[in-house]
Amino acid sequence: MAESASKAAPGERVVIGITFGNSNSSIAHTVDDKAEVIANEDGDRQIPTILSYVDGDEYYGQQAKNFLVRNPKNTVAYFRDILGQDFKSVDPTHNHASAHPQEAGDNVVFTIKDKAEEDAEPSTLTVSEIATRYLRRLVGAASEYLGKKVTSAVITIPTNFTEKQKAALIAAAAAADLEVLQLISEPAAAVLAYDARPEATISDKIIVVADLGGSRSDVTVLASRSGMYTILATVHDYEYHGIALDKVLIDHFSKEFLKKNPGAKDPRENPRSLAKLRLEAESTKRALSRSTNASFSVESLIDGLDFASTINRLRYETIARTVFEGFNRLVESAVKKAGLDPLDVDEVIMSGGTSNTPRIAANFRYIFPESTRILAPSTDPSALNPSELQARGAALQASLIQEFETEDIEQSTHAAVTTMPHVTNAIGVVSVSESGEEKFVPIIAPETAVPARRTVHLDAPKEGGDVLVKVVEGSTHINVIKPEPKAKEDGETKEKTEDADDDGDFDDDDEEEEEEEEEEEKREKVWKIGSTLAEAAVRGVKKGAKVEVTINVNTDLTVIVTAREVGGKGGVRGTLSA
Amino acid sequence: MNATVVSLPLPTLPEGWAAEKDFKAIGKLTQEGSSMRTLEPVGPHFLAHARRVRHKRTFSEDDRIQAQAKAKKIEQDSDSDISEEEDPMLLARDAKDWKTQDHYKVLGLSKYRWRATEDQIKRAHRKKVLKHHPDKKAAAGRADDDNFFKCIQKAAEILLDPVKRRQFDSVDEEADIPPPTKKQLAKGNYYELWGKVFENEARFSKIQPVPGFGNENSTREEVEAFYNFWYNFDSWRSFEYLDEDVPDDNENRDQKRHMERKNANARKKKKAEDNARLRKLVEEAQAGDERIKRFRQEANAAKNKKRLEREAAERKAAEEARLKKEAEERARKEAEEKAKAEREAAKKAKEAAKNAVKKNKRVLRGSVKEANYFVEGEASAATIDAVLNDVDLVITKIDADEIAALAGKLNGLTVADEIKNVWKEEVSRLVGAGKLKEGDIKALVA
Ligand SMILES: Nc1ncnc2c1ncn2[C@@H]1O[C@H](COP(=O)(O)OP(=O)(O)OP(=O)(O)O)[C@@H](O)[C@H]1O
Repeated sequence: MAESASKAAPGERVVIGITFGNSNSSIAHTVDDKAEVIANEDGDRQIPTILSYVDGDEYYGQQAKNFLVRNPKNTVAYFRDILGQDFKSVDPTHNHASAHPQEAGDNVVFTIKDKAEEDAEPSTLTVSEIATRYLRRLVGAASEYLGKKVTSAVITIPTNFTEKQKAALIAAAAAADLEVLQLISEPAAAVLAYDARPEATISDKIIVVADLGGSRSDVTVLASRSGMYTILATVHDYEYHGIALDKVLIDHFSKEFLKKNPGAKDPRENPRSLAKLRLEAESTKRALSRSTNASFSVESLIDGLDFASTINRLRYETIARTVFEGFNRLVESAVKKAGLDPLDVDEVIMSGGTSNTPRIAANFRYIFPESTRILAPSTDPSALNPSELQARGAALQASLIQEFETEDIEQSTHAAVTTMPHVTNAIGVVSVSESGEEKFVPIIAPETAVPARRTVHLDAPKEGGDVLVKVVEGSTHINVIKPEPKAKEDGETKEKTEDADDDGDFDDDDEEEEEEEEEEEKREKVWKIGSTLAEAAVRGVKKGAKVEVTINVNTDLTVIVTAREVGGKGGVRGTLSA
Repeated sequence: MNATVVSLPLPTLPEGWAAEKDFKAIGKLTQEGSSMRTLEPVGPHFLAHARRVRHKRTFSEDDRIQAQAKAKKIEQDSDSDISEEEDPMLLARDAKDWKTQDHYKVLGLSKYRWRATEDQIKRAHRKKVLKHHPDKKAAAGRADDDNFFKCIQKAAEILLDPVKRRQFDSVDEEADIPPPTKKQLAKGNYYELWGKVFENEARFSKIQPVPGFGNENSTREEVEAFYNFWYNFDSWRSFEYLDEDVPDDNENRDQKRHMERKNANARKKKKAEDNARLRKLVEEAQAGDERIKRFRQEANAAKNKKRLEREAAERKAAEEARLKKEAEERARKEAEEKAKAEREAAKKAKEAAKNAVKKNKRVLRGSVKEANYFVEGEASAATIDAVLNDVDLVITKIDADEIAALAGKLNGLTVADEIKNVWKEEVSRLVGAGKLKEGDIKALVA
């Protein structure tokens, strides 16, 4: 693992959690088992993942970001996803407005003037070197805040990071004198941030983590079982993200600017003007998450012309609809890929900066049933800050393992420990519904890793007596109740005039859509009783008593059933071989 | 974990349920393929799990490789479904001509077209960006030409926007499958050839799923449902993609309005033409559809079959009636003849009996004559008369059988005493039976 020369002994580690994003990074630590995100010396908790050199001085974070206007060539941004990649796998799109990645043998490098001397040759810096320098600044900020030198960290990574990318990150950290205790997946970190809250109750649930960032969006579907997480499906998207929303605003205001200033040059065509538009668009976008109105103003946008305007949230939501709908489809596709239905989802955890957008959370509200919790600030007052989840999760994990020997961490996270059989179908018992029909009561949820053990208490029959415990498998299916078809309006459906002008901006004017009041079909999830696994009898149960049924599934998939009257003696126990 | 409480009752144990130790193992857990999945190694619960699993063991690199191979993969690492050769002509395209550009081909998705999933389009787009981004070319020392890159961006912009994609798909001629020619159909795979055409047209339907063309084994209901659907096809196909450019400046308002009207009319016309085209397709397919002919023939045959059956039934009923009548007639005649024969036989028997009685009576009367009326010498007329009177009286008291029996006894007797004894016996029998009284017969038994 880390080749750091000065590895701290487990007892002497000072640990933090780091989320290292393409757009932003965060650092966090724990105080009394509670995670806290640390503000750096600029007061930022979301620290732009940018490094910039001016006259030999190194800037990082927001200060470096501001140099994208005046000093783009010596500024490196969006490099996290380049680390550990071949040049041919690098997407340089977002680097276009700053230093460009270049191929150098097996390496990807940036050519940067990082020295003070006027005539100094620009340096060729590998992406690993850039990452090391940036991480060093993060660690420095954390150390300063904690008053102790940070030695070690848990860092979050996307689920599709390759072994090469992981190795490159660990090496870059080591070069910054930082021991990587563990790399954990971003969605797992987000779930942990929620589960670690003192008020959290651990229950079996299906969670969707929608991590909507700046340059990418990743949606993960997980089964959370007894506080352990199994990823069922992931989707990764590089089309719909925060930058796409910035672009919507850039186009909107550029057009407005051109309308107000006939004959002016298009500010999008000029790199420096575009850089200004980008910064302002992002801050306007963030303001629109907080309030229903926001201003947009750029001094000397182009040819000395200033520009100032405002936009309200409704307007923004209209012009950004295409992107918002892209997020909807992305989330839906992840659920589908997991072989699930929106009705199966118990929680949607909204993570990443873009998840602060109220409209996106409101849209997700429509995708899922009422019973699904949408954990975003605008839909759930108890939600955590989406921008902080991953750093918190990383900090929590770091505090859990900080005293482990390196060898111990390696063994605990070994594939032989993480790879476990999971039950395919739900296991439960047959009860009697109010209408007298057989009804499945799940005890062990599908996709639960084994060994697993769950207990339920059910009522005895009204008069007590001998009780049948019938253990069965169960599966869900979706009932669709179609609404009565409504009489159609006569005549052709109104053709909408979509103005497809040459520069490809369709999102112009007149967007008031008449929402067709269509009655929605009703969908409900029902359990179906599958094959019978076993039957057992609990005899002589008292009137009004409860019956306890426990199901144990072992690693070899044998099933042990025990059933007894709650508070009574005896009971039955039986084993089902695999 | 604590017990979950469910307020539903368990069923009562059925009558007669019994098992050793009250437990019956019946089935096994379902296992779909490999059930191995990977737990995220985070959180206190995972660490507790890890402690239990490790249990003083040490896992090796080999164990890692083995475990990883068994685990279900969740990250797709191949884009092999979207690899396609790049046509040099395509690379030389001018991005300004995006209206005539084949967006699917630009992204290397020409074999998918409207069938391409959003995920495929995204991956294809990214793949092209990685290759054609101008910064990559500049890095490789090639000319800083971003023309094809712009084509790629335009293609992605259109294909990733569901509204614009539909507009393009509406006019994507490359996706068309023309109706099969007579020559193609002559080879005999009518359903396959037309099936492909309709499957392809089905993408335009607002209502999904769309009934397929089926094959020679489709039922009449299926075929009828198919034509019913396709004659009422509700298509989302639209033709704004082919609009002529409308001038964007404010000076030429009239011209702008003129162009808009022209475009609107053109769309309407194309839409009508398309509806007509589809209708013609359906008609053409229907005209040659052997299934429809067969269903008609089968319907006719079924109708005929009913008629023939009815006629046969009628014939059969008539025949049965006739046979029944004949049988009845025959039975009646036979009964009549039998009765007649019986009557005659009875008459004969009666006569024979009468004759026998006559004969026997003669024997009875003769017997007393043979016995010389039980006197020595010539019998007086009075004696004869008295004896014969007695004989006649006895005869009146006995029936034909008794007469025959008596005659049997008397027949052949010649000795007077023997004859007399027979008569005496008979008379005393009759007296004993109460048919005669003592004294009624005198002469005969004197
Ligand atoms: N309050 C807000 N409302 C809307 N968007 C926001 C808000 N805060 C941050 N963002 C946007 O979130 C994006 C950054 O997301 P995040 O901080 O999660 O970065 P990241 O994980 O590094 O992203 P990636 O790796 O995908 O580039 C930016 O586009 C930023 O503009």
